[in-house]
Amino acid sequence: MSTATAPFLEHLLAGQKIVAAEPAAWVNRLRAEALECAHQLALPTTRDEDWRFTDLSPLYRLAFRPAAAAARLDAAALAPFAVPEAAHRLVFVDGHFSAALSTPPAAGSAVAALPLAAALGPHGEVVHARLARIAEFREHAFRAVNTAYLHDGAFVLAPRNHGEAAPLHLLFVATQADATAQPRVLVVAEPGADLTVIEDYVSTHDGAHYTNAVTEIDVGANGRVRHVRLQRESRAAFHTATAAVRLDRDASYHAVSVAVGARISRLDHHVVHAAEGTFCSLDGLALLGGRQLADTHSFVDHAVPNTGGRQLHKTVVADGARAVFNGRVLVRPGAQGTNSAQESRNLLLSDRAQVDTKPQLEIFADDVKCSHGATVGQLEAEELFYLESRGIGGEAARNLLTYGFAAEIVGHIPVPSLVRALRETVLARTGAKE
Amino acid sequence: MIRDNAPVILDVRNLSAKVGGAEILRGISLTVRAGEVHAIMGPNGSGKSTFAKALAGHPAYEVTGGEALFEGRNLFEMRADERARAGFFLGFQYPVEIPGVANEQFLRLAYNTVQGARGKDELDPLEFDDFVREKMKFLDMDPRFLERSVNEGFSGGEKKRNEILQMALLEPRLAFLDETDSGLDIDALRIVANGVNRLLTPDNAVVLVTHYQRLLNYIVPDYVHVMERGRIVKTGGRDLALELESRGYDWVGAKAAA
Ligand SMILES: Nc1ncnc2c1ncn2[C@@H]1O[C@H](COP(=O)(O)OP(=O)(O)OP(=O)(O)O)[C@@H](O)[C@H]1O
Ligand SMILES: [Mg+2]
Repeated sequence: MSTATAPFLEHLLAGQKIVAAEPAAWVNRLRAEALECAHQLALPTTRDEDWRFTDLSPLYRLAFRPAAAAARLDAAALAPFAVPEAAHRLVFVDGHFSAALSTPPAAGSAVAALPLAAALGPHGEVVHARLARIAEFREHAFRAVNTAYLHDGAFVLAPRNHGEAAPLHLLFVATQADATAQPRVLVVAEPGADLTVIEDYVSTHDGAHYTNAVTEIDVGANGRVRHVRLQRESRAAFHTATAAVRLDRDASYHAVSVAVGARISRLDHHVVHAAEGTFCSLDGLALLGGRQLADTHSFVDHAVPNTGGRQLHKTVVADGARAVFNGRVLVRPGAQGTNSAQESRNLLLSDRAQVDTKPQLEIFADDVKCSHGATVGQLEAEELFYLESRGIGGEAARNLLTYGFAAEIVGHIPVPSLVRALRETVLARTGAKE
Repeated sequence: MIRDNAPVILDVRNLSAKVGGAEILRGISLTVRAGEVHAIMGPNGSGKSTFAKALAGHPAYEVTGGEALFEGRNLFEMRADERARAGFFLGFQYPVEIPGVANEQFLRLAYNTVQGARGKDELDPLEFDDFVREKMKFLDMDPRFLERSVNEGFSGGEKKRNEILQMALLEPRLAFLDETDSGLDIDALRIVANGVNRLLTPDNAVVLVTHYQRLLNYIVPDYVHVMERGRIVKTGGRDLALELESRGYDWVGAKAAA
């Protein structure tokens, strides 16, 4: 282990001892193994190829402690984050489940949504078969740390052939400065189920804190999951996260992930096409200013024939901010008929703003259609002229186009109130006039 | 309607312009007075759209000679957005798609910007919504086109209707409509042409670029010009359009070259 990161890791793991043992022995074993891994794996530095552009040393210099049990939080403080379309929500305050603030479905409802610890009883087998198996932690320090803390988390289960119209809101609120949280989510859509999950990270203060999240999503045959991932934490926060998805036969997964908060954030988004006929769409937006850095590493694994994916990742980078995108697409030997399209589009709003974007296509089958493209630059000249020809000039035109560039991704979110709320955020950030 | 004493809106003299290094416009002159309808016809690639874009101020089109006065002001000393606010309107042959920007948001900003420049009142979102829906009725446009992104995924004809909607909102002094009729079905052509006719007053003017006589049955031109290789080679009345329809362009060019 590198000495520079050792004190940080020590603090990070200090609270692990106080996580109570679970009644299920396998969970305790899993945690012990993850703890062992966490101690052995080095935390990444810019010397690691995967972290070349994302320097976590500002995080490693800090000595954050694990957040103490749920600080008291007034429900009114959550009003700005309300999603009216969501019939149910689970709220986690500094990583701890808050029963008082949550509105889970009643026991016996079609869709189950409950804290992970509580799910181990009624849904033990479902959890055991998937937890920490979709997001592999043995080679990945941050996932190992998160897994070592396994206790609180969200478990969502949509039963066979059940279509749930209302989205489910998982709200992770950071209220304490200088604290760490280890949110964990497991979403299971059984065969034929259809579900929308909003995974939402927010802060109620402007200070620094650290979130290290792991989300696993298992979509059964013919199932469909729509996943909205919002990282709108304090601009002084640190955020590392994995979202790992497994698709069974003919299943589909549609993700829109938006990063507007955090000083440094990193999302590893992995999708495994584990069976034929699967499709995924990954839309991403990072809207950055000041000294923010947002890094998205996606990895779409076409493991079998006849799977499809499309991806549109956009960044808008102002001031001295920096965006990183690495889009890995793996077409394994024999995965004929793979159809994949990836696009990375980046808008730089200042001379100091920076973007590092890299497609990483690894194709080991010949009968495939894989495209990728990346643009880094300014606004589209034809779009600008169109606005000018209508009298809209200068800054107003540039602001409107910048807004539109970002709002396109927001518009893909299947929850109207979030679209409206995030458009407001984009308007405020791009200076466009409503 | 031709009135000899009507004020001149646009006066183009001997305009030449380059695009992508090539000289496309080679000495165009055109005078448009208030109340007039002009049609410009001519083969593909003759420079009609280039003419329109050079007048509108597209940055890729470099004016290399001649001048253009718009209500007495030198057009080429104004930025594109200033020309628009001064009352020059270009109806695009290929309207541009702007993903992420709602059509209504765009229309309102354009409307309020131009209103503001004219010292008139701007409308708030609710007032504008009522206002634009009224205008859309005349063009038989579904209000759903307000929520969608500007021109994104619109059919060819829907884009053209959206251009005329913008013309209706901005009430320009001069509308230069570049092939507004292409892509319109028979009913839409009638609706759009009626829309343009309603907007015509003795104080404004329109220049129609078209390939087809059909549009000119609805919007009757006072003048028909034929463009070829960057020049206006012939000007006549509405009958010229009929003659072109039956005889093609060859004879015009032959005569001009002679
Ligand atoms: N950006 C450009 N770069 C190079 N050449 C151009 C550019 N834009 C136009 N041209 C050329 O200028 C010429 C005139 O084009 P223009 O679009 O003005 O013709 P048009 O009369 O409008 O034709 P159509 O009837 O087909 O619309 C064409 O030969 C065209 O290829
Ligand atoms: Mg043309």
